[in-house]
Parts: sequence; C-alpha cells; structure tokens
Amino acid sequence: MAEKTIPTGRLAGYRRAQPGTQPPYLHPPYVSSIKRAPQQPLVVLPHTLTEVTGPQFSEKDVNANAFDLTRQHPGEPLGERVIVSGRVIDEDGRPQRHTLVEIWQANAAGRYLHKADQHDAPLDPNFTGCGHALTDGEGRYRFVTIRPGAYPWRNHTNAWRPAHIHFSVFGPAFATRLVTQMYFPGDPLIPVDPIFNCTADEAARNRLISTFDWATTIPERALGFRFDVVLAGREATPFEDSLKGKGR
Amino acid sequence: MSSLRATTSQTVGPFFHLGLDGLLREDLTAPGVSGERVEIEGRVIDGDGKGVPDALVEIWQANAQGKYSHAEDTQEKTLEEGFLGYGRVVTDENGRFQFVTIKPGAVPGPEGRRQAPHLAVSVFARGLLKRLVTRMYFPGEPANAQDYLMSLVDAARRHTLVARKGEGRGQLIWNVVLQGPEETVFFEI
Repeated sequence: MAEKTIPTGRLAGYRRAQPGTQPPYLHPPYVSSIKRAPQQPLVVLPHTLTEVTGPQFSEKDVNANAFDLTRQHPGEPLGERVIVSGRVIDEDGRPQRHTLVEIWQANAAGRYLHKADQHDAPLDPNFTGCGHALTDGEGRYRFVTIRPGAYPWRNHTNAWRPAHIHFSVFGPAFATRLVTQMYFPGDPLIPVDPIFNCTADEAARNRLISTFDWATTIPERALGFRFDVVLAGREATPFEDSLKGKGR
Repeated sequence: MSSLRATTSQTVGPFFHLGLDGLLREDLTAPGVSGERVEIEGRVIDGDGKGVPDALVEIWQANAQGKYSHAEDTQEKTLEEGFLGYGRVVTDENGRFQFVTIKPGAVPGPEGRRQAPHLAVSVFARGLLKRLVTRMYFPGEPANAQDYLMSLVDAARRHTLVARKGEGRGQLIWNVVLQGPEETVFFEI
C-alpha cells in the first residue's frame, strides 16, 4: 500500500528523564506497587505530534477563587494557614505559562474528605482540601491553604505519611504531564517514607521538599513555602532527524 | 545545557478524586462535533486479575480530521469548536471505566508516515509511582498495519493496543492490564 508523504514540520521532542531522577514502577517497600507495576519492558515512544501536543486550559475552565482553600466554606478551617507558591518551569528554566495546576490534601488532622479515608481523625466542615489555578504569564502559581497533618496508611507497621500536598500539572504537551507530591521541610517522617524514597537520586527526592520562604510569609497571617515544579525540557534536535537510521 | 531536572513523579495515591474529579470529562464530544461517535469501555486490571478501583485514565486525541487542538499542530485542517480532545475518567469499584468520543483522523508521524487513528492514554493509580503511558488503536483499521509506533512493538503484543468491537453500534472494549500474560504494552515517554 502506497503511503502518501505528508509534511509534519520539524518538531522537537521532549527530553527523557535523567537516570535515577524518576521512580521505577516497582518499588517493593511501597506495597501497592507490587501488583500494579508492569513487568514487561517498556517500549520507547518516539515523540510525535501526539506527544508534543496536549490539552490546554483557559480561564473558562477554572474558578478564579479556587487558589484559596481556606475560603471555600462559611467558616475558617482549623490548622496552620500556609501560602504555597512557586513557578512551573521547564528544564531550561522557561516559565510554563497559563498551565493548569491542581492540588489536593488532607486537613490539619490528617484526614482526607474522601469516602475511602477511614482514618479516625475529624473532618473539618470548613475544609475540602482541593484547589486549582492557572499559572500566570511568568509561570507562577499561588495557593492559600492549611498545613496538612500526617496520617497512618497501613503500608507497614506504624506507617505514617509525612505531611504532603498532591500536585497535578499539565505543561505544554502530553509528554510533560506530571503528578507529584510536595513535602514540608524538617518533617521527621520524610526519611522513612517509602513513597518519598522511591526515587534513587537523593537530590531529585529532596527537590520534593518545599522551602520555608520569608518573602511570601504574611505577617500576622500565614507562613510561606516555596515549591517550584520543573517539567521536561525540549530537545534541540528535530525528532525526524533523530529517528533517521534507527529503523525498527 | 540545562541545569535543571524534571521534578520526580509521585503516586496520585488513593484519594485523588478529591482533587481531580473537578475536571472529569467522560464525554469528549459536544453537539455538532463531526466524526464517528464511539463509546469505549474497559477495565484496569492488576496482577491478581482484579479490577483496580482507584485508577484515573486520561485521554488525548486529535479530532475527526486528524488535527490536535494545540498551537504546535500547524496542519491545514479545521479545528472544531467544542472538541478539545481531552478526556479524564476514573474507575469504579470493579475497575471499570467508560468514555464517549469520536474516532480521530490520521495524524502525521515519523518518517513522513501517517499514524493510524489512536488515543494517547495516561493511567494513574494508587501503587503507580508514575503514570503509565499507552495508546488505544481502533479495530478493523487497515492503517494499523502501517503504523510506525505499532511496528516498534512485538507482534505478539500489538493486540493489547487495539480495542475490540462491542455488541452495540460504535461500542468498543479495551482493557488496561497492568501485569500478566496479557499485559498491555506501555511506553517510555
């Protein structure tokens, strides 16, 4: 069957992860990974138009007030108010503009507003624990929330998750999609957490820990923590050239 | 040349519905969107053959003309109002998911070859420290045999990327099997 040649443009792919900086699928200390990690080798996916494009969201998809998790109910949530802010950038430091950031977290007592969370800790009628925002023209985001509590999770005896906030970020392409977790500095549970420790590269792990930030701390109001999210950078080489001669 | 490294991935955990349900899109179509409407259902299945009740499946696809709603798609094809090409669904207690969309057109691929119609798929779940990336292709599609990406996959496993026809018109069935003899082909992106 004759294939009609069609122009595809010269698209650059996105960079692959540096060895050790991303977790493996199988990490036995995290028990849930054992029956869910694929066992067959992955097939390396060339980055085609499918992978270098991805869903883009705009103001009409977001609630402009959803950045403030402390004002979703008539009263104020219990707990320590915090400002969590930072930038979404790529590996070359380029701001990721107007990209969607979604977060979710436990309340100050370490309880999620979720039917599957059976931890015997109180729910807070003034705290849902989810928010979202688009980054601004410089890739910045900012959430107002409360510091989540640690909670038990039965992975092993006396297992407690360190306090964390889940982050979901899209970036410019299917290839840049990322879900991660942000931790708080000085938390004694971090070094013994199997999920935090799933990534071999120590520096990469430690970048999941936010830093305390005077600049965003609001006097008499809330502590500031800074957390930058870095998405895969762009390859310089157009993918059509990089694939030449590789065949199958 | 870069000094920064991409942030390490972490699992979505079991409570992601709290943060991600706001953007659920089980029907990617809108009134007036052109193309062959398809209803896709399937299950996410773990290494014990059990349904995964806490998985999130995201879809990215071109429209019926084979154009992505994205600035980097510079093909001279028409974008359609109301078709973003993005879907997000969650599994139920039996690991079942379903979504409604249109069959995408062919899109450009490596070596100047057209790619067979496909959906790009991300799977997130408790137990998955990073997303799984796969694709769904369409049954009875002659272009599958010519597809560049399909050609990178062991012939014996290619069928895991192709949905099968369901009983009703436009109904397709496609499972995501995380482990075992029928393990779905996953890609390193």
